[in-house]
Amino acid sequence: MEYVIEMNHITKEFGNFKANDDITLQVKKGEIHALLGENGAGKSTLMSVLFGLYRPEKGEIKIHGRPVKIDNPNAANELGIGMVHQHFKLVHNFTVLESIVLGRETVKRGFLNMDEARKKIVALSERYKFQIDPDALISDITVGMQQRVEILKMLYCDNELLIFDEPTAVLTPQEIEELMKIMVQLVQEGKSIIFITHKLNEIKAVANRCTVLRKGKYIGTIEVADTSKEGMSEMMVGRKVNFVPEKKAQTPGDPVLEVEHLTIRSKHTGKNIVADVSFQVKRGEIVCIAGIDGNGQSELVSGITGLIPITGGKISLNGKDVTKESIRRKCIEGFAHIPEDRHKYGLVLDYSLQENLVLQSYYEKRFQKHGFLQFGAIRDYAQDLIQKFDIRSAHGATSVARGMSGGNQQKAIIARELDRNPEIVVAVQPVRGLDVGAIEYVHSQLIRQRDEGKAVLLVSFELDEVMDVSDRILVMFEGEIVADVRPEDVTIQELGLYMAGTKRRA
Amino acid sequence: MKKQGLLNFSASALAVICGLVFGLVILLCTNPAQALPGLGIILKGGFADGMSGFGYMLYIATPIIMTGLSVGFAFRTGLFNIGASGQFTMGAFVAVYIGINWTWLPPQIHWIVALLGAAVGGAVWGLVPGILKAFRNVNEVISCIMMNYIGMYLVNHMIQSLIYDPLRSQTQPVSAGANIPKAGLDQLFSSNNLNIGILIAVVFVVLIYILIEKTTFGFELKACGMNRNASKYAGISVKKSLAMSMVIAGALAGIGGALMYLAGSGKYMQVLDVLSPEGFNGISVALLGLSNPIGILFAGIFIGYITVGGNNLQLLNFGPEIIDIIIAAIIYCGAFSLLFKHLIGKLIKRTKKEEESV
Repeated sequence: MEYVIEMNHITKEFGNFKANDDITLQVKKGEIHALLGENGAGKSTLMSVLFGLYRPEKGEIKIHGRPVKIDNPNAANELGIGMVHQHFKLVHNFTVLESIVLGRETVKRGFLNMDEARKKIVALSERYKFQIDPDALISDITVGMQQRVEILKMLYCDNELLIFDEPTAVLTPQEIEELMKIMVQLVQEGKSIIFITHKLNEIKAVANRCTVLRKGKYIGTIEVADTSKEGMSEMMVGRKVNFVPEKKAQTPGDPVLEVEHLTIRSKHTGKNIVADVSFQVKRGEIVCIAGIDGNGQSELVSGITGLIPITGGKISLNGKDVTKESIRRKCIEGFAHIPEDRHKYGLVLDYSLQENLVLQSYYEKRFQKHGFLQFGAIRDYAQDLIQKFDIRSAHGATSVARGMSGGNQQKAIIARELDRNPEIVVAVQPVRGLDVGAIEYVHSQLIRQRDEGKAVLLVSFELDEVMDVSDRILVMFEGEIVADVRPEDVTIQELGLYMAGTKRRA
Repeated sequence: MKKQGLLNFSASALAVICGLVFGLVILLCTNPAQALPGLGIILKGGFADGMSGFGYMLYIATPIIMTGLSVGFAFRTGLFNIGASGQFTMGAFVAVYIGINWTWLPPQIHWIVALLGAAVGGAVWGLVPGILKAFRNVNEVISCIMMNYIGMYLVNHMIQSLIYDPLRSQTQPVSAGANIPKAGLDQLFSSNNLNIGILIAVVFVVLIYILIEKTTFGFELKACGMNRNASKYAGISVKKSLAMSMVIAGALAGIGGALMYLAGSGKYMQVLDVLSPEGFNGISVALLGLSNPIGILFAGIFIGYITVGGNNLQLLNFGPEIIDIIIAAIIYCGAFSLLFKHLIGKLIKRTKKEEESV
């Protein structure tokens, strides 16, 4: 059997740390090959090796059976390898067309000649039913569309091996379904795909074979059809995983967070993004705000936590009006916020892990004396959290946050927020981009908060999460709450109807 | 951590060497016969005239260390303070004004009050762009440039209407008590210009280092510089931080102005339509010092050193313009130290890899 690409016995070390330890990945022509592993298992390192960003200490790469040397991404590109990165690499004020030809512009006497490129792109777009407007600005199109631009970019370069790095992390359920269709069509036409993910459902749905990594080691390659989800997750995590978090029944106590008639008007359109929203979150209760992305959930949370100004309404914590309090004040009163965008809000990426871990508490007496930071105390505290929350990084407390894997960045944020012993945890998409082991962990932490009599407000776009974790579900549609239901009284189909705005029960 | 420091130092050193090579090329072009002796003179720099040259070097370095600190500090907090020139001028004017008029102050504290006044003058000039940035998100580069011109013309006007000596077309001399004490440094270095100004600059270097690296306030400022959104999320008052950064940067530049014109060196503020170059040299100093206070101290002294050496070039009949060009070339290359840092880092990585693979 000939492989399109083989990476044999790859070992990549960073100092004493083996990011890849004797890993073998062999992809057949015309297959979707899943690459499965927890955060920090070495998937990204392996792909960086393939792209010539890192040179491995040991091992070889073969393409169509011939050994090749890949020194830089351009070399990889010439060999027909293309990648859709998790965080897209697009220029926001370029049009779709410009973004795709960027770096491979066709030129006539020194002037750009876009006609041919346009023809090719339109043809590709039609063939795969991308429905993309080549003249739209990147900043104006949805995330799903941006991803298609990235895919088009690979197809435009006639790449044969396409790598998708966690492509579904940013998509809505509908978009995921369409992406899957596209992937299947691509392999039918003879392309090969490496599909990096940790969502087992998706692997089950489209992948032919799957290679599993764990802590930098090669665990095995399996036929997806012959292996159960449980089996795969056990290979990945190294132990049995609970997909449905365990939860004891609990009767909610007094309200902790009360939101009354909260309204947020958009400065640009003058429309209400959040329209007269009222709800309560009680002690020992996880309330989940469900809905399709962009129906006002982010704004609602930003309004509650104080990141954006609200137009009207009242927010109370334990009966005390905190509407006009500063963010710092709210934080001291007992708000914890796990933000949606961890790079934009959650972390100062150029600060070290320990500095990020005290980002919300550096001013407390234990970390400063007369305005001077107590680095010893900060280090000890960070070490403690790193151990308690199992945050992994190359240099421990002094690692720069930017260099940490996404899952460990998220763990750092969660550690920081939960360790402050808050009254209410506001978490937006806390498991986005995390693997099953980490998801299980985050959910168990949120449930522990609830069991300790704290309140949790969770915003999620994933229905599984909504159904499994929450005690009560609020569905948002166009800035309003259209349903207030309990998970045991409702089916996923019914939730879908509320989310689409075709049904109401508030 | 130590490695990082070495890397920074070697990057700056390499930048300086490149500048010197460039300077040699200019010397070769203008006067080939004298080029090598010329380079020798530049290299000898502040040491050419023994202690007095050394003292002169420190005197030149003092104000640009302060403006360098101003720019470097703002840079660490995410702001590009191109307005050091205007802040410098404002500070200088306030200091000179106090030096001339507030003669009722006892001489022991007269100069201190003048320094404080300069700090306030510079701070106000930094505050305006800071507030515009914080509350209206006006790009600080643009508002700083405008403040430079406003400062220059305003000071010209105020000099003429308040403290002008029309005979010499410069300000009146400041009263003796307003001059910064020499504390014997002038005798030690047999240089009339030198006073404790350089020590004051060193004190500020240390203070700013502590402020940035060790205090909660510095933690907040840096956080704002690196990620404004996350800082807001963490409850830091971003607006206050932005404004405070500019105020501190302005005060530093303002004190620089005072240290320059209260030196008792015979240098007077004149009514010229020229932005003070010390402010812009501060940008080079900050770049060469990689925005690190300690680095800025050495970068400032280095530029003083080169300037003294350059002035000595006149002995070999090089025109003053050529000297300015060479100094500028060296400073210009100094600005590339970041680039060199990147290159050296890459080089180290590569050799390490090869060592490992052997």
